[in-house]
This record gives sequence, structure tokens and C-alpha cells, in this order.
Amino acid sequence: MSEYKSGSNLEKVLRAGHFAFTGECGPPQGANVEHLKEKAGHLKGCVDAVNVTDNQTAVVRMSSWAASIILLQEGLEPNFQMVCRDRNRLAIQSDILGVYSLGIRNMLCLSGDHQKFGNHPEAKNVFDIDSMQLIYTVKTMRDEGKFLNGQDIDVPPKLFIGAASNPFAEPFDFRVYRLAKKISAGADFIQTQCIYNMDKFREFMKRAVDMGLHEKCYILAGITPMKSVGMALYMARQVPGMDVPDSLVKRLRGAGKGKAAEEGIKFVLEQIEEFKEMEGVAGVHLMAIEWEHKVPEIAERAGVLPRPTV
Amino acid sequence: MNDFKPQIVAFCCSNCASSAANVAEGMKKALPDNVKIIQIPCTGRVEILHLLKPFEEGADGVYVAGCQEDSCQYVSGIAKATKRVTHVKKILEELSIEPDRIDVFNLSAGKGQEFVEVAYEMVNKIKELGPFLQA
Amino acid sequence: MIVAEPKPIKELLEMVKDSNRILVVGCKGCVTVCNVGGAKEVAILASSIRISRKKLGREIEVGEHTLERQCDPEYVDELKDMIGDYDAVISIACGVGPQFLSERYPSSRIFPGVNTQFMGGAEEHGIWSERCAGCGTCVVHYFGGLCPIARCSKSLLNGPCGGSSNGKCEISKDVECVWDLIVRKMMEQDRLDELIEFKPPKSWITARDGGPRRMIREELVK
Repeated sequence: MSEYKSGSNLEKVLRAGHFAFTGECGPPQGANVEHLKEKAGHLKGCVDAVNVTDNQTAVVRMSSWAASIILLQEGLEPNFQMVCRDRNRLAIQSDILGVYSLGIRNMLCLSGDHQKFGNHPEAKNVFDIDSMQLIYTVKTMRDEGKFLNGQDIDVPPKLFIGAASNPFAEPFDFRVYRLAKKISAGADFIQTQCIYNMDKFREFMKRAVDMGLHEKCYILAGITPMKSVGMALYMARQVPGMDVPDSLVKRLRGAGKGKAAEEGIKFVLEQIEEFKEMEGVAGVHLMAIEWEHKVPEIAERAGVLPRPTV
Repeated sequence: MNDFKPQIVAFCCSNCASSAANVAEGMKKALPDNVKIIQIPCTGRVEILHLLKPFEEGADGVYVAGCQEDSCQYVSGIAKATKRVTHVKKILEELSIEPDRIDVFNLSAGKGQEFVEVAYEMVNKIKELGPFLQA
Repeated sequence: MIVAEPKPIKELLEMVKDSNRILVVGCKGCVTVCNVGGAKEVAILASSIRISRKKLGREIEVGEHTLERQCDPEYVDELKDMIGDYDAVISIACGVGPQFLSERYPSSRIFPGVNTQFMGGAEEHGIWSERCAGCGTCVVHYFGGLCPIARCSKSLLNGPCGGSSNGKCEISKDVECVWDLIVRKMMEQDRLDELIEFKPPKSWITARDGGPRRMIREELVK
């Protein structure tokens, strides 16, 4: 039995062959620690790890590393996220050492939404390195014990490296190759963008499995329950890279007034059942943003409770 | 009573606008004498600077009269002139001057009556705006 | 060419509001080609300033001159006999112009008349777009002849990101996703293996990040 790369709970669960179940928690737009603890509290015991976003949609929030530490103190395992938009390679490597020293063991490497979207569109754009290079950086620090400049690190950070994959962005044919590239660069686990178009995702997974990617990396399928028809339409039209089939919008409408949210949850539960059996899918990543209180119910109904302890 | 007589410069193309002018003369319809006509081969020849110069000299209004968009003798002259007039309107606005002091009109060759009407329309509009240079 | 956009006239009028003798200086280089700072534009700006002052009932003298370029001392020198006659100078060349004029004529008040934006080319007459960010280490040949540093909003070298949608960048429907173009082109050319190759972190030393740059060609220096 080879050594764990990081020894994180998520890594142990996946390595043991369990169907992983991760959640997400966005830090507050202020120093509202109580609200953060409350949100995270809903997820405790329901998920193997919790993604902590990094100035998501380029809106300034409490830093991901700080919120991750708070979650750690609350007894949850964070998936510390870092984007390339706001930090150069010095700050990046420095923060990696910092979070590891404070007990963080999972790190998700992302490009980050462009600041033009966010609440400080006049900010300077960093993007010193991209998400692929960030994955490579963490891997180099962990496995070779070296900084990007080749210098030795006295105590290397041992992080379980995650990355994102969007099977629905264009050009579709290239997405599986980009996933392969991220895995070569060092990604240990992948969380996909939230899935609504199951046909397209099945096709994507088929290609990924054909390439043997599921054997080199744990792929978690991303899901977000639709709370309303309005949300479905917004996601379909306003969010780049999102693929929401008309059939789903119809289904939500057909559920009747006030019943769309329950229908949205039903859809997600159907998805989870299929993912449990789908070849190559090692788990599910549930993004119930600002709906954290629904996670225990969804987890219960999806039959993923109790979470395994390894 | 407003006895202000606006000084107006009109750039007219040799085709539609000028033939309309001839027809007007034939019909013995007079143009107001404060409208100075500058004849040009095609309104497409008028540049932004040409449209600004009259204001520099103290003119109260400027207009361009040319063919209809689909019957411009030189195909796209009037289309270009229209874009330039729009641009000069923006410049005037930036200079805190009423953009209505400049305009563009599409005429047809035989319509002498229209040619004269356009001139009076412009005169009346400028009369309402008042002199370009306040006393 | 270097592409610039005109500063709003209101801003320029504010800059020169205390001056009564203004010189507008154009440039026959890049700014002529992108129709913002050539002889024509000098005349238009000069006329606009005169009209504005006329309306205010204030005296003004606006001189007009266009240099071959404002980025070579020999041409900048040509202004030496006339520049002293003016109490303000508006240069509508790219950002280099006002700086070269300021250096050569330290006692003159030089104002920039345009906002310099990028290095690019014409897609068609009247539309210019950015192509080069001056990173100092050109690698367009690795990307099918397209530059991801200048044309990708995130300057990704291992793109595209997840926000690429219908060939457009996530920041706006008006911005093409250059990675979409790169991937499609290279896949068509059967260069998938090159696309999959990991591109390591870029050295930004040769870019502006490394400090203001200077280039010396020994064989040309006297």
C-alpha cells in the first residue's frame, strides 16, 4: 500500500474506493465568522470535504485560506481553492506553504473568473501563471520538494491536488484532452462544472474512460440543484460555459408554482443515482451555494449518509 | 419678436440636390437669402473639417443635402456624409453646442419643392435655437 | 501599429483652459493610420477648439503642425522655432509623443491629446484590435500563429479556460476566445500533440514586468 500523497480525508475516502461526496461553502463578504460557521455547520457530517471558494466571480470575500482554517477549526475538512487571477507565483508558493503549515491538505487549482465580472473591475490582472501551471507548481513543491525556480524547500507541502474540468465549454472535442493535460500536470482529483446536460456528460465520460483518465485521477461529477425556473434561465443564458437543456427548464416549469425547487432536487437525486453507477465517476461534488441548509436533506435522500470514515 | 436671421451653409451634391434646386428655380420658388449653397460633386466628398469650418466662421447652422440612400449617384456618398454629420453632432455636443445645428437631408432629383422646404425647415429650426454666437 | 483613441474634447479644453495660444501637433506614423492623430485630425481638433472659444467669446490662436514622427529627435527638433510662440501644446501622437516633446522642450507645457491603448492591426477600415502585448519573448508559432498573451483575457498558455463559450471570451460577447481559435486551427492541422504539450510558466522578465525596457543595437550606435 503506497503512501498517501497528503493523508487528507478526501484522499483516504477516494483511495478506499468509496463514492465521494463533497460540498461547497463560500466565504462571507466581510469578516462575518458566525455566518460562515453557521453555513459550514450544515455540511458537517454530510460531506467528505468542503470547497472554500477564492474571491469567486471576482467579488471580494474573506480569503479562501482564512475561511479554510476556520472550517478546519470547526471540524470540517476544507478543499482550499486558489485562483490565478489575484496572485503572482511568489504569493502563490508562499500561500501554499502557509496553508499546509496550518493543516490544510486539499487544494483546488483554478484560473479564476476575470475581474471584469466582479465588483472591482478596475483591478490589475495578475495571471502570472495559469491553472495548469499552478497544478504543476503544487506537484513540484510536493513531490520534488522544490520551488518553481529549482530551489529546495525545507519541508515540502503535501497537498492533495484538485482541478476543475468543464466538459461543456467549447471546443467540446478538446475538453477531454485538456482534462488529460491537467492530470499529466499533476491533478489527483477533478471536480467538473455543474452538469445539467447528462447526454453530453455521458459522452465526455466515455471519452475520458477510453483514454484511461479515470485510472490516473479521481473524477467527481459536479451538480447544483436548480431552485427555480428563474435560476435555470439565468444559468442557461448568463453564465458562460454552462449547458442547460430546454428539457430541464420545461420540467421545472411543469412542476407548478412553488414546486420547482423540489423538482430541482429530484433531478439532482436522479443524477446522483446515475453517477454512482457511471464508469469513471468516483464521486459527486454538490454545489448548493447559499442553500447549504438543504445539503443534509439531499445527502440523506441520495443515500450517501453516513459518510465513511477511513 | 424674433428678427434674428440665421446664417446657414448648405452643402449640396451636383446630382439630386442641385437638380432639385434647378427645378425650384424653374418653379420660381425662392430660397431664403441667408442660406448659402456650396455645390459639391457628391456629399461623400464633404469631410468633418468642412462641416466644422462654417461654425468657426460664426455660421448658425449647417446642413448637407444629397440623394436618397438607395439612389446616390456615387453609390455610398450620402451614406458616408450621414455618418460624418452624426460624428459632427457628437463633437458639437462635446463643445456644449446644440447638435441640431447640423443636419443631413435626402432629396430626389425632381423635387424642387422639397429642396426649398428643407431650406426653410433648417432656417426655422435654427431661429428657434437662436444665434450661434450670443451677443 | 500603435492604436490610440481620442481624449474627449471636454477633457482637452479643461487642460488648456488657461492658454490662449495652443499648438496642436500630429504625427504621420501609427496615429495617422488609425485616424486619430494625423494632419486631418490636427485640423479637426484645432477647429473644434476655436469653435469652443468663439462660443465663449474668448480669444484664441490655435496652430497646427504634423511631424513625420514624434518618436525620433530629428523630427521633434523641427518644432524648435515655433514652439516658443505657444503657451500650451497638445500632442495627438501616441504616448511617446508628449514625452519626447516634454523632454526636448522642457519649458513648454505639453498635453497628451489621445489615450494610447495597444499594438494591433486593422480588421477592416475603422476597426482595430489588439494583437501584441510586447512580452519580449514571442512564441506565437507555438499557438498556430495566434498570441494567447495578448488576446486571451487571462493570458493563458494552456487554455482554454472553462468560460469559453461559442467562440467568445467570458468577459464579453464582443471578445473572441483566442484559445477557441488556436485549438480549432491546430486540431484541423493535426497538431493535437502540440496542444497537449504542457507549457511551463512564462518568464515575464522580458515584458514590462521586468522594468522599463531599452534596446541597444551596437552596430548602429555611433
